[in-house]
Amino acid sequence: MVHVHVRAALASPVTALVAALALTGCSLTGGGDGPTATEPPASSETSSGASQEGGTVVLATHESFHLPKRLVRSFEAETGYTLEVRAAGDAGTLATKLSLTADNPIADAAFGIDNTFASRPLGEGAFAEVETTATPPEEYLLPEGSDRLVPVDSASVCVNVDTAWFEAEGLEPPQTLDDLVDPAYADLMVTPGASTSSPGMAFFLATVAAYGEDWQDYWSDLLANGVKVVDGWEDAYYGDFTAGADNGTRPIVVSYDSSPAFTVSGGRSTTAALLDTCFRQVEYAGVLEGADNPAGAEALVDWMLSDEVQSALPESMYVFPVMPDAEIPADWAEFAPQPTDPYEVSPEEIAANREQWLTEWTDVVSR
Amino acid sequence: MSPGARGRVHRPPGRHGRARHGRAGRRVAGLLLLAAGPVLVLGVLFVLPVTGMIAEGFWVDGRFAPGAVLEVLSRPRVHRVAWFTVWTSGVATLLAVVLGLPAAYALHRLALPGRSAVRAALLVPFVLPTVVVGVAFRQLLGEGGPLGFLGLDGTPVAILCGLVFFNVAVVVRTVGVAWESLDSRPGQAAAALGASPWQVLRTVTLPALRPAIVGAASIVFLFCATAFGIVLTLGGVRYATVETEIYLLTTTIFDLQAAAALSVLQIVVVLVLLAVAARLRATPDPTAQRVVAPARVVRRSDAPVVLATVLVLAAMLLPILTLVLGSLSVGDGWGLDNYRALTTAGDDQALLVPVTTALATSLRTAVDATWMALLVGVTVSVLVTRRSHSAAERRLRSGLDGFFMLPLGVSAVTLGFGFLITLDEPPLDLRDSPLLVPMAQALVALPLVVRTLTPVLGGVDDRQRQAAASLGASAWRTFVTVDLPVAWKPMLAAGGFAFAASLGEFGATSFLARDTSPTLPVVIFRLIGHPGEMNYGMALAASVVLATVTALVMLAVERLRVPGVGAF
Repeated sequence: MVHVHVRAALASPVTALVAALALTGCSLTGGGDGPTATEPPASSETSSGASQEGGTVVLATHESFHLPKRLVRSFEAETGYTLEVRAAGDAGTLATKLSLTADNPIADAAFGIDNTFASRPLGEGAFAEVETTATPPEEYLLPEGSDRLVPVDSASVCVNVDTAWFEAEGLEPPQTLDDLVDPAYADLMVTPGASTSSPGMAFFLATVAAYGEDWQDYWSDLLANGVKVVDGWEDAYYGDFTAGADNGTRPIVVSYDSSPAFTVSGGRSTTAALLDTCFRQVEYAGVLEGADNPAGAEALVDWMLSDEVQSALPESMYVFPVMPDAEIPADWAEFAPQPTDPYEVSPEEIAANREQWLTEWTDVVSR
Repeated sequence: MSPGARGRVHRPPGRHGRARHGRAGRRVAGLLLLAAGPVLVLGVLFVLPVTGMIAEGFWVDGRFAPGAVLEVLSRPRVHRVAWFTVWTSGVATLLAVVLGLPAAYALHRLALPGRSAVRAALLVPFVLPTVVVGVAFRQLLGEGGPLGFLGLDGTPVAILCGLVFFNVAVVVRTVGVAWESLDSRPGQAAAALGASPWQVLRTVTLPALRPAIVGAASIVFLFCATAFGIVLTLGGVRYATVETEIYLLTTTIFDLQAAAALSVLQIVVVLVLLAVAARLRATPDPTAQRVVAPARVVRRSDAPVVLATVLVLAAMLLPILTLVLGSLSVGDGWGLDNYRALTTAGDDQALLVPVTTALATSLRTAVDATWMALLVGVTVSVLVTRRSHSAAERRLRSGLDGFFMLPLGVSAVTLGFGFLITLDEPPLDLRDSPLLVPMAQALVALPLVVRTLTPVLGGVDDRQRQAAASLGASAWRTFVTVDLPVAWKPMLAAGGFAFAASLGEFGATSFLARDTSPTLPVVIFRLIGHPGEMNYGMALAASVVLATVTALVMLAVERLRVPGVGAF
């Protein structure tokens, strides 16, 4: 009896081990990406020869990066480079990664550094000078470092209101930052926190730009008026906002200028962005200093300003293109107007004050 | 693992002193050789990156300047954050153990109908992305939710609920597996001698389960202390833990000195905790646990335990139910539209790849992470549970045991950035390797494997191994004939555990994953990060898919049996 057991015990783990190794064999190779696993472009004969010539160009970006496969294939076919995208973490994580690895870059090019984080990697010397064929409009350029970071898209963080809710209540929705501390709107607003969320930070910066040194007083009033501060955008929008959550109770939320395009029903949007409350986030692309493939990186940055990529940005990444000729989806054009005169704080000022502001802000909201 | 006690068990005074000495030397050498593999792995994938990142804080412009770091430790905010972390984790651990023990007993010792399905389902919270669970919780607890009248939203109580929700499964599984292979005869003997059920529990059962309970509790504590998303989502921005603070300091503020200070503080606390746990785990009386007790028919006297289990399960079901209902809600009615939308990438949807593709990627990664965790985990478990022949050997084994728990207690942010700055040169140029994701996940799963296996292997009477050895069996054969029959089922359980942990792991994955092959949690995170009713519904639907697949895989694993071994 014992022998039988022993043999069974011996046989099964071995079988299991073999099975596991077989599975693993699949997964190790099947799961691998990198150049070998990258799908060859449709016209594989010409382009595979070409990619050997051009080599691989590696793009470091954040997890919100996405472009249609079709566009990536045409980039590879046209330039002969193979694009490898390494997307991970949020914009702050990306900025930290690039700053820490400035002497041994993790990629050839980077996309997704925004104006609130730009000065850190620039200061660490992470970006090399770059020249593009297309010229993006002046208004998006950084005051310092515009020779290194090229604007690609913009998204403004604005206070959004549930217009349907206000209509049903017979209440006039707020218009400005000042309105938000009006007792008529007590307990109606929710915002993601400045310390934990990028749109939360942007809204905070709008208040800093609007009230200067007095922003602490404004926030005290805001809190006294019952504003709810939550962790992330998704908590605010899907947890508390009346137009986003099933049982949300707050019709005022900090979101984006494009958000009203996503609440369209019956030919009109049930929400609106308050265009006098906005802070504009611009995302930049650049070539990394010490890149293995600087030519490929420059071609990539150029491509990001091309008509096809710019026109794909709204549907792929929920942002507005910076190039004026790019196409914008019909819903966006109709329901998501962009602010014409958003609040601004320079990247240098943000970098110099971020820690102190966040400490003070945390103190104010924890009081 | 309980070397102190086992060392005392019948060691005949040796007459062949010198021979024994030589053997002891060889044993220690053998031990070191066997330990070299796992230690090297952990050294490269954990110690090197973490020290590298901490060093960034200690060296300013190439000069060693620890002053700034030490100054951070004196800030009142740091004290507040540290205290909040310790007390919430401590209370959450206590609650998870108290709520988990009855369920561990009921689901692993009683022949309850459908218990294997429930056991598999218990792992579901483990794989659910915290953002989704966070939103589900807030739909329940929020101002307009069905439990909104409790006023818990944004309070530490909500954080505790979330932590317990995620961690009860750890207690049920780790303790349950040990309970299953616990010899029931001593308890029966005590009962026959007139002990009340309570006395049997207190004097016989609980002491025998102590290694498993302490092991589970220390894992839960470490999970809680490094919890990230759930603290922020449920507590709002008002509450910070050491982990959320390290993230803020590293990525948002870029104050590497302060981040290094908190990392060091975290490591010190974890080391203290592990030392205490190692002491508590030592069993006073290692009993032979070779007998796998058959599940017992449910009796009337089991009512309180069963009732407690049902209550715990019901409480855990609530947020999951909210999730499922949300995924089925379409406009004003109900339907499967959200699920249908998952099958195509779609043109105007946020979905990067069809959910089936993301699921396949997740499963593949999980398979890799599981074999890695099992390979290293089994080796470590065998190493730390073998009987020690000297004090030095005992200390070595105990040290090893704690060493492999460390990754659970150290900030994923510190580790993640550490990868980038230390593993960037040949021969260790790993930062671009596609294997980095499963490796990182395996690091997280490893302690689960070790803690599930060591109580079982530690319970094997060493005399059986000695007998096998004296009959001429090799070390491998001894393992196969003595340990494996007892450890086989726990090994499956541990494998399933590692698999689930890998499927649900988001921190390291989102930090390291590449766009070309997003895992399912990454897809879900992306969906819920954008406005639109459909995106939200699809995020919930994808979470339900992830949860269901996990439960099914767990169920299949539970059904794997070795004929004649461990079957009942």
